[in-house]
Amino acid sequence: MTPSAPILQLQDIRKHFGGLTAIENFSLEVFPGEIVALVGDNGAGKSTLVKIISGVHPPSSGTITIEGKPVTMSNATMGRAHGIEVVYQDLALADQQTVYMNMFLGREPLNRFGLLDRRRMIAETEKLVKELDVRIPSAHATIRDLSGGQRQGVAIARATHWASKLILLDEPTAALGVAETARVEMIVQSLKQRNVGILIISHSLDQVFKLSDRICVLRRGKQIGVRETRKTDKNEIIAMITGLQQQ
Amino acid sequence: MTSANTGTEMGSFASRFNLQQYVVYLGFLAIFLFFAFMLRDSGFLTVRNLSNIVLQTAPVTIMAIGLVFVMSAGEIDLSIGSIVAVSALAAAVTIASYGMAVGIVAGLGAGILIGLINGALVAYVRLPSFLVTLATMGLFAGVSRSMTDLRSISVTNEAFTGFFGSGSLLGVPSLIWWTVIAIAIGHLVYRETRFGAHVLATGDNARAASVSGISVPKIRLAVLTISGGLAGLAGLLYAGRLQAAKYTLGETDLMTVIAAVIVGGTLLNGGKGSIVGALVGSLMMGMLNNGLILMGLSVSDQMIVRGLIILTAVAVSLRDKSR
Repeated sequence: MTPSAPILQLQDIRKHFGGLTAIENFSLEVFPGEIVALVGDNGAGKSTLVKIISGVHPPSSGTITIEGKPVTMSNATMGRAHGIEVVYQDLALADQQTVYMNMFLGREPLNRFGLLDRRRMIAETEKLVKELDVRIPSAHATIRDLSGGQRQGVAIARATHWASKLILLDEPTAALGVAETARVEMIVQSLKQRNVGILIISHSLDQVFKLSDRICVLRRGKQIGVRETRKTDKNEIIAMITGLQQQ
Repeated sequence: MTSANTGTEMGSFASRFNLQQYVVYLGFLAIFLFFAFMLRDSGFLTVRNLSNIVLQTAPVTIMAIGLVFVMSAGEIDLSIGSIVAVSALAAAVTIASYGMAVGIVAGLGAGILIGLINGALVAYVRLPSFLVTLATMGLFAGVSRSMTDLRSISVTNEAFTGFFGSGSLLGVPSLIWWTVIAIAIGHLVYRETRFGAHVLATGDNARAASVSGISVPKIRLAVLTISGGLAGLAGLLYAGRLQAAKYTLGETDLMTVIAAVIVGGTLLNGGKGSIVGALVGSLMMGMLNNGLILMGLSVSDQMIVRGLIILTAVAVSLRDKSR
């Protein structure tokens, strides 16, 4: 799997808050149809990177290139406009609204009278939910009536619906049980066929090895290295994360 | 997940749906039947009495529409009673010198302006709406008292009193027109527009709304402005129907409006509500008032019964939320 051009390219990304350097000279490429895992200890700068890539924080220096075009973003709306969607670990869903309203939250389609096009929202939700095999009772179900795994399935479906370039998954299974985690992992795995780049942040190395094509290790804001998943093992990655590389 | 599992999910969904959506209609029916039976000889069931109930509740219904938007966005507006008085007085004073059009602009403008002040403080200074509107409630209660030195101002402009109070069109009293039109527009905006959806999302999960690209501060500003404007309209309706304005107008309406909205299925903490439910809740409160008076209860007993009913409504609302 060697597609021609990376869908996302980060070059010499640097971010400091005041005198504090959060990210130093970070470079990474993500190709379409590829899952890249971003790992690192707490405070390594993973969340800062998510915010930079999703557009919430602009980098202090360095360039972000999407499909060959350099972009500047200063908020999440701009990130979304560039086809980047984030699935947050704490599920940014409105609990008392229906599945279909959540799918289209902030981007509701309107009919020719300028009113909400519920029929279209429901039809598109049902189609996508079926494609991704997210098992929910119906598009009309209220979010809070769903299990944690079903909710995360909805959040991923929403990101999938809107992401034309990149899906960022920030600890997507941190709050889930074993069976639910397995379901969500299957859904993530199926996203590869959609030819978008997928960047997943996870604390679980088992999960990282199960899902990813490449693993990027971050320590104290610096990129320690990128490994192809099938050519490395847990010991090497753990050594890189903790900084005990030279045994 | 098995199909049996799906079945129980749908089952619990359906049962809560019933409780939430129909409690107000069942309550309305129960109270109606109770009074119809108890007061069968006291004129409760006459057309005149029943239409009187609708006419009397028009201002409360209009305010309740605004409060559904405010509460659905997770905020509260305690200042609506004071806005009613300020708006009614502003209209009454200006009508006398400048005529009906200026009076309407002054009355509605006062409501919208106070709503904007509430909204700006909540949305951009990030103060809790409970405290902001508690303060403006007191502030504008004072303003309404000082506007005319506690005097009552009569409204003699017949076009105005006809349009907002005693007139009728096609045989239907204008207050009923106002109620129907306001409910229809309110329901449409609340249920069928992007704005309505964004209000609900904001009250449900402000962070989710925000990361979805919804401007949460704008929504907060908008709902409080709408509430202020509708309270201003309620003030005009009072001034039109009573043909006078006084600082006491709207003074006791706050609790009735909150009760109507909550009984009508709008959650205190936001994210869910109903405009039609608020209408039924408002009619129920009006019917309750009317029936208790006809039954000969003293004013203090009426207050006690009303308080108990509101308490029950809040209990049902919060019990559902905690599920």
